[in-house]
Amino acid sequence: MAYTANGKTIEADEEGYLVNINEWNEELAGEIAKAEQINMSPEHWEVVNFLREYYNEYQIAPAIRVLTKAITKRLGAEKGSNKYLYELFPYGPAKQACKIAGLPKPTGCV
Amino acid sequence: MALKPVAPALDDLPTVPSLNPGVMGGLKSYVAVKAHQEPLGFPGELVENWEQAAVAKMGELLGKYKSLRVYLDICVKCGACTDKCHYFLGTGDPKNMPVARQDLMRDIYRYYFTPAGKALGGLVGAKPWTRERLDDWYNYFHQCSQCRRCSLFCPYGIDTAEISMAAREIMDSIGLGQKYCNEIIGKVHKIGNNLGLPEPALIDTLEGLEEDVKEDTGHDIKFPLNVVGADVLLVTPSADFFAEPHVDGLIGYAKVFHQMGLSWTMSSYASEAGNFGMFIGNYEQMKKISMRIRQAALDLKVKRIVFGECGHAWRVAYAFLNTLAGPFDFLDPKYPVPQHILELTRGAILSGALKLDPSANADKIVTVHDSCNIARATRMGPEPGSQFFYPRDVLKAACPKFVDMHPDTTHARTFCCGGGGGLLTDELIDLRIKGAKPRVEALKQAVDQHGVTHMAAMCAICKSQFTKVLPYYGYDMGMVQSVHQLVSNAILLGGNS
Repeated sequence: MAYTANGKTIEADEEGYLVNINEWNEELAGEIAKAEQINMSPEHWEVVNFLREYYNEYQIAPAIRVLTKAITKRLGAEKGSNKYLYELFPYGPAKQACKIAGLPKPTGCV
Repeated sequence: MALKPVAPALDDLPTVPSLNPGVMGGLKSYVAVKAHQEPLGFPGELVENWEQAAVAKMGELLGKYKSLRVYLDICVKCGACTDKCHYFLGTGDPKNMPVARQDLMRDIYRYYFTPAGKALGGLVGAKPWTRERLDDWYNYFHQCSQCRRCSLFCPYGIDTAEISMAAREIMDSIGLGQKYCNEIIGKVHKIGNNLGLPEPALIDTLEGLEEDVKEDTGHDIKFPLNVVGADVLLVTPSADFFAEPHVDGLIGYAKVFHQMGLSWTMSSYASEAGNFGMFIGNYEQMKKISMRIRQAALDLKVKRIVFGECGHAWRVAYAFLNTLAGPFDFLDPKYPVPQHILELTRGAILSGALKLDPSANADKIVTVHDSCNIARATRMGPEPGSQFFYPRDVLKAACPKFVDMHPDTTHARTFCCGGGGGLLTDELIDLRIKGAKPRVEALKQAVDQHGVTHMAAMCAICKSQFTKVLPYYGYDMGMVQSVHQLVSNAILLGGNS
C-alpha cells in the first residue's frame, strides 16, 4: 500500500508500515493516523515524538515500561499508564503508535 | 484496520458448529519476501519448478521422518479429531478439521508416493499439485497452531502439528515462506531475539526495571545482564522485556532469584527463549537458535540454565535442547538441564526459602490457562503431571482463591490460546479471535459460576494473544496475568539470611 502526503506518494508495506523510515514527516504521520482512524491530539504527538527519539538512539521502539515512564515525565502520572496509552492507540501503543511514527513494527510474541 | 473484526457469540461448552465450507479459505498470512527468506537459506520467491521441488522435498522428509509417512498412511477417517480443533470450533470451516488439514498433504502424498495413488489417482483420493492446492496448503497450514490437541484424541496418535511443520518446511524450501516466522528467525540470528531488541536497548530497559522495582519495594533487586561467572543463566522470551503483562512476570523471576540469594544473569546474545524454528519445522534453524543458548552458557561460565515462561520454548528446551545443542556436560549435574522457572520457584516455596503472602492477591479469583506445548509435550519436573501441578501449586501459594476451568479445557485437554505456532500476527486477527472461542467459553463459565477475575498464563504467546483478543469478547485485557506476576505481588522480600 501507499500514503499520499504533500502530493508525494510514500510506499508502505502490506500492513501500512513505511518501507523507508527516512521518508517520515509530520504531514505523513497525520495521513497514517487518518488511515488508522485516529485524531492526533497533543498527547498522541508526545508519544509519537518520544518513540522517534528512542528509536533514533536504540534502533527499536521502547518497551512499554520505558514508554509509560517517559509519558509520566512529560504528561503526568495519570497519563503514564498502559491503559491510557491504549485509549490513545486502541490497537496497542507499540504497534499502532510505531506505525504513525514511521517506525518498523515490533515483532515477536507481542 | 478498516475492517473491524467481530467476535462470534459464545456458546455453552462444548458445541460443535454447523459447517461453513471455505469461510476461512481467503485468509492468508503475509508471504515472506526475499529479505526474510534468503538469510535463512530459503529461495527468495516461489521457484519455477516448484511442483517437482516440493515433491523432492516431501520425499526427503518422508525418508528422514518415519513418523510423517506413518501419519499419512494410517488415518482411518474415524472422525475423532474433527471437533477437537479450536480453529474448527471457532470458524466452522471444515478444512480446519484436523483430518482435513492432514488430507491436504495426504492427497499429494498419495499421488506421488503410493502405488495405488500413482495408478488410480483420484479414485483413491490422490491429487497432483496445482496452484490452487498450494494456496490451500499455505492458507490452512497457517491456520494450525500446532497445539496437538487433536492428536490427544486420535486413536492412532496422528500428530497434525508434525504434518503442519513438514508442510511449512516444504513450502519454505520452494520459496513460499511466511513473513511473520521467517522475519523473526532472521532477527534472532542477527540480533539475538524475536523482537530485534539490541543490547543497548536491553541494558536501558533492565536499568529502568531496577529503578521501578526499587521504587515499588525499597529493595535493590537486580536484573543482571552478561555477568560472567553467574551461577544461573535465565533464558526468557524477549516479550518479557517489552510488553504487559509479560514484564511483570520478569520482575517476579528477579524477585525470586533475589530472595533465594541466587547469582544469576541474562544474556544479550541469547536474549530469546522462543524458537520459531520449530514452527516452520526446520531442524537447522532450530539448531542454530538453540546453539546461541549453549554459546551464552559457555561464555558466561554458568552452572545452570533456567527458562522463563514460554510455551513452545519449553517444548524445544525440554524435549530437544540436548539433541540440538548438547551435551551440556559443563553444567552442574545436580540440576536439570534445562530447568523451568516454575520448578525452581515451587521448590523454593516448598522448602521455605520463599515466603509468599497470598493476601497480596486477595482482590483476585484466579484461574490458569495451560499452554498447549507445556501441557502436551513436557513436564516441569520429574513427576508425571508436574507440568500441571507445579504452576497450580505456585498459584495456590500466591493467591487465596484459585479455581480451575472446565476439565475438558485444562491439563492435557487444554485449548490453544488461538495464537500459537506462528500465527500471532495481526493479519490473522480474525482467525485468532475465533480460535480463542473455546477457551473464552470455558473462561466465561468460570467467571459466571465462580467469579473468576484473572487468568494466569505461562507463555508469552498466550499472554499477548489473550490481551489482544479478550476485549473482543467483552473482557478486560488486564485479566491476563503472568504466573510470576502473581508471585511477584505476594513474595515477602528481605529478612532472609
